[in-house]
Amino acid sequence: MSDTHGPIPSVVDRVKPVTAGAPVFGVHFLKDRAVFALGEETLLFVAADGSEQRIRTHAGGILAAVSDGTRIVTAGDDGKVVATNATGETEMLATDAKHRWIDRVALGPDGAVAWSAGKQAFMRKAKGEVKLLDLPSSAGGLAFSPKGLRVAIAHYGGVTLWFPNAQATPETFAWKGSHLDVMFSPDGRFLVSSMQEPTLHGWRLADAKDMRMSGYSAKVRSMAWMADGKWLATSGSEQLILWPFGGKDGPMGKQPRMLAPYSKRAVAVACHPKQEIVAVGFEDGLIMLCRIEDGAEILAKKPGTAPVSAMAWSADGAKLAFGTEDGEAGIADLA
Amino acid sequence: MPETAEKIPVTVLTGYLGAGKTTLLNRILSEPHGKKYAVIVNEFGEIGIDNDLIVGADEEVFEMNNGCICCTVRGDLIRIIDGLMRRKGKFDAIIVETTGLADPAPVAQTFFVDENVGNKTKLDAVVTVADAKWLRDRLKDAPEAKNQIAFADVILINKTDLVSDAELRETEARIRGINPYARLHRTQRAQIPLNEVLDRKAFDLERILDIEPAFLEADDHDHDHHHGHDHHHDHGHSHSHGGLKHYHDEEMQSISLSSDQPLDPDKFFPFIQNLTQAEGPNILRCKGIVALKDDPQRFVFQGVHMMLEGDHQREWREDEKRTSRVVFIGRNLPEEKIRKGFESTVATY
Repeated sequence: MSDTHGPIPSVVDRVKPVTAGAPVFGVHFLKDRAVFALGEETLLFVAADGSEQRIRTHAGGILAAVSDGTRIVTAGDDGKVVATNATGETEMLATDAKHRWIDRVALGPDGAVAWSAGKQAFMRKAKGEVKLLDLPSSAGGLAFSPKGLRVAIAHYGGVTLWFPNAQATPETFAWKGSHLDVMFSPDGRFLVSSMQEPTLHGWRLADAKDMRMSGYSAKVRSMAWMADGKWLATSGSEQLILWPFGGKDGPMGKQPRMLAPYSKRAVAVACHPKQEIVAVGFEDGLIMLCRIEDGAEILAKKPGTAPVSAMAWSADGAKLAFGTEDGEAGIADLA
Repeated sequence: MPETAEKIPVTVLTGYLGAGKTTLLNRILSEPHGKKYAVIVNEFGEIGIDNDLIVGADEEVFEMNNGCICCTVRGDLIRIIDGLMRRKGKFDAIIVETTGLADPAPVAQTFFVDENVGNKTKLDAVVTVADAKWLRDRLKDAPEAKNQIAFADVILINKTDLVSDAELRETEARIRGINPYARLHRTQRAQIPLNEVLDRKAFDLERILDIEPAFLEADDHDHDHHHGHDHHHDHGHSHSHGGLKHYHDEEMQSISLSSDQPLDPDKFFPFIQNLTQAEGPNILRCKGIVALKDDPQRFVFQGVHMMLEGDHQREWREDEKRTSRVVFIGRNLPEEKIRKGFESTVATY
């Protein structure tokens, strides 16, 4: 959003504020309730009528919160991985034997869960034994492949592809540097990792060809796929950066689309589940909705006192929930 | 973004095995000072106090992707500090304890390099605990011990009850041969008023004041410099100046430069930037206060290896002599080249 534009359309008045009472670091919708993961201990469920339910899931900081739509799985500095369902019931999925912090968790098909602690990656199926993989360095973010039971794990020096159920040795895609998080493209053809440097790296799995996506002004802390996998929306610059993944070469040799330019850095992105619209959160608390087709922008939240730290669309795309590092939170009803 | 948000100070606690780091840490955690600390350690079991916020770290260092071997960063610290910030209100400061063999540079560099860490926290000081009895031996056989002394802002010479006064002064002289500006304390059982190790603001550009303690005058360096250093042993090389022994470590040196004439900014900045780029791996730390020609303000800077930061600090006072002073601590530094380079930045107009 150029500051010299005239007033742009706004849905700010359609936002119902939520008094989180604590910094918000994650948000997901479970059925018709928005669930805010607070910095410490608590998941805050907020219904359409504004009624709240607070569920204590960890005895300390909540370091990760992911969801598959039916449950939210959180991990914390108490060394535990906990699942909470739509009615607020919790189930302990894992406890780290060495009480290590768990700050990365991923959900896979059929209730599979993976997490990392220290130099190890762990995976268990819905009801199953825990499998573990030792890595040469600290295990970072994880991701399940869209098909088959494979888990990608980011670490120093590259990304390792693990087949927990098979005898096959894990395959490592090497690239020097610290890889923080990793994602598969929805069609499973590409792996993308965010790095300590202001750059993304990736591999085309078919031939392990390296891909570099660079030009960012800062680390990419948020990435999200457009529902069909055609675009990868990313933060880390003073605008929304979208990489094209449609063709057989993915982003290789292509320029990204750059939309929603602003004077501050984008720090969070969330893609609409059906339409080609991306919610972009900035470091001053501003949230813009940006339509990919023509770059049209809609203001969803005015700048505040802290960076946007979490955003999520409801499954039907009618609502957008958000939170900031300061605890400012709300749910926009866009129906 | 709240510009006024205070950055959380981080104290790095280092020291060779058995010197007394853990004793000091336990002291900090148990004394009734009313402050809460988040502590990042390598071995969980050592801390005798039950503290809510103790995190085990993996001490993983990785190289930045710029091909420079000295540009290393503690990746695990970045992650831990990120996680600690989720519980921001629950602690006043962070203490990072490193293992006995650790190089403090990557820890310090982490604060210069990661934006998020740099936004939320600030390095307060590197505190090194040294064993009065064994330090001199360690300085001979362990490069890590030298690094830890060279890097320190505060050094506790601990277990002084186990050595004689003469041995103590020898040890101090050897420390000074490596680090000319750290504050030295003689301690037993790591007993020290906590305000001598915490809240030092040693990396605060505002506070770069005391570069040279009375112990080491710029003149002495010029004097020693004329001795031909052709031999290369890795032990201290001593001279006497009126009864006070001066040690110059053959490998680790500190170079103090000064000028009573103001410097030409168009020459000084390229000089310091090129020097830290070229000799980055060899320069452990540098600090300086410089008087620039036609500039009413003092310019202060500090650096770790290749990473430099600097800023105007305040106006020179009327009664203040506008003397520039710069100190480098490092290994195998090309002293002649550095001195000549510095001298060439003096303003000639």
